[in-house]
Amino acid sequence: MKLAVCINHVPDTAAKINISSDGKSYDRTGLSYIINPYDEFAVEECLRLKEKHGGEVIAISVGSDVHKETIRKALAMGVDKGILIKDDAIRDSFALARALADELKSLSTDAIFFGKQSVDYDNSAVGLMVAEMLGLPSVSVVVKLEINGDKALAEREIEGGHEIVEVKLPAVFTAQKGLNEPRYPSLKGIMSAKSKPIEEKHPSPTQPKVEVLSMNKPPAKAAGKIVGTDVHAVPELVRLLHEEAKVI
Amino acid sequence: MRFLAFAEQRENKFKKPAFEVIRAARTLADQTGGEVVALAIGSGVRSVAPTLGGHGAQKAVVVENPKLEFYSSTAYAKIVADVARQQQANVVLIPATAMGKDLAPRVAVRLDAGLGTDCTALRVEGSDIIATRPVFAGKALTDLRVNSSTKVFTLRPNVFTSGAGDEKPADVENVDISLTEQDFASAVREVRQAASKLDVAEADIIVSGGRGMKGPEHFRMIEELAEALGAAVGASRAVVDAGWRPHDEQVGQTGKTVSPSLYIAIGVSGAIQHLAGMSSSKYIVAINKDKDAPIFQIASYGVVGDAFEIVPALIAEVRKLLGKG
Repeated sequence: MKLAVCINHVPDTAAKINISSDGKSYDRTGLSYIINPYDEFAVEECLRLKEKHGGEVIAISVGSDVHKETIRKALAMGVDKGILIKDDAIRDSFALARALADELKSLSTDAIFFGKQSVDYDNSAVGLMVAEMLGLPSVSVVVKLEINGDKALAEREIEGGHEIVEVKLPAVFTAQKGLNEPRYPSLKGIMSAKSKPIEEKHPSPTQPKVEVLSMNKPPAKAAGKIVGTDVHAVPELVRLLHEEAKVI
Repeated sequence: MRFLAFAEQRENKFKKPAFEVIRAARTLADQTGGEVVALAIGSGVRSVAPTLGGHGAQKAVVVENPKLEFYSSTAYAKIVADVARQQQANVVLIPATAMGKDLAPRVAVRLDAGLGTDCTALRVEGSDIIATRPVFAGKALTDLRVNSSTKVFTLRPNVFTSGAGDEKPADVENVDISLTEQDFASAVREVRQAASKLDVAEADIIVSGGRGMKGPEHFRMIEELAEALGAAVGASRAVVDAGWRPHDEQVGQTGKTVSPSLYIAIGVSGAIQHLAGMSSSKYIVAINKDKDAPIFQIASYGVVGDAFEIVPALIAEVRKLLGKG
């Protein structure tokens, strides 16, 4: 199987986000970056499919040179090669999807994987846009996947349950936590990642359709009150919830 | 402006977020002078479509087909985009639910439209709609404008108001969209609903447990409190990673972002990635042994002490109040 996995380089989830001086983006100073957590499940699923069916896994990322760090992480986990679509411009989901779709079209893969969302801008959109642009079926928020020949049976998470979706390959899947347990790169993997190729591409940029006008910190919550300590506080807590907040 | 609001239904019952997007569309239409068309897709959904009028839709378009009983990413996207064109809608509003999040990106591509996802506010400025949406799971907020002529927005559930007004029933128009087998390339075959389980993404009250619960066996009391309140059970990343609770209960940056009326955090210290996912809740109650836990900084009401003593007392008190004791 020829598999592609699209990955993103994002600020650590433990990081505090500060606003940069333009008031429209976040301040990257001093932030540590990680591979988008959901993309790790996507990478792991590709590696498992490769182990089962043979083939090749290609990791693709759109961004500046720093994204190579995240591509190296995927290579260290066992991905065969990387592609960096070099683009530093501000992009929306549509433009990102266009850049990826143009590249993926020429790769003709059996399946394309994404994380279900990138934990920076949280749009959950790029994978599905790519599917639509390439005219491919898709299953998003996948927690279980079985591939049999050219058919896939996927389980996706919905409110309070699951949907079972059958699609024909090639198809796009976006991975949810629970799909698998991503491996840690081995020392051997980390060493061999250094010699694996990362190809650079320079696309013609697509005009974004969405314009960010401002970015702000959310209004600070007014510090609440300590109702009391131990069980003695319980009657007062329930009274406040019932009479003051009126939520129960 | 003309608005198309996607009225999500399951088993021919409209979901609450469907009423929220229709009401949001109506509010914007009243300000800009425009019409709201609601779109219901399914099998047997026609009979309930007139009720959408009471929620603010002047017209309800119904697309019915036995094959549309279950959601299909590809077929639904085609229908929404085709109806948006037919109705000359400038703005398409879709709930940011599991279905809507899957559907909207495809609709946006089909309409060559910009997409603003998971919006928590929409306002009219001149001839533009400005959307507010959280990023980094709520660690920051952005205001954005969609510059394409057709615009698609998904709206976060539980944030926009819903409710029937005194508007008259909607005029129902049946629209036939021809669908080929290829249009069902992605189609749901079966829905497995967890038995009567209330999802954190839909709940008005959430009772959440963290590492302070000390083990999976102690979540029984979290479940009992949730049951007494008619609430959903939530969990922190630590307890999900430890395997104490399923991932679909996880609240936070790598789980679900929620904004219920009441969020009760028990034995949750309040790691930044957890706070990001729940700090927009209307009221937050924190119960924790450590008076310096970060959760207290955002809690409306805090109780310092041992959860194993406080929670049983709280369950009893709630039952007494709600007459279930």
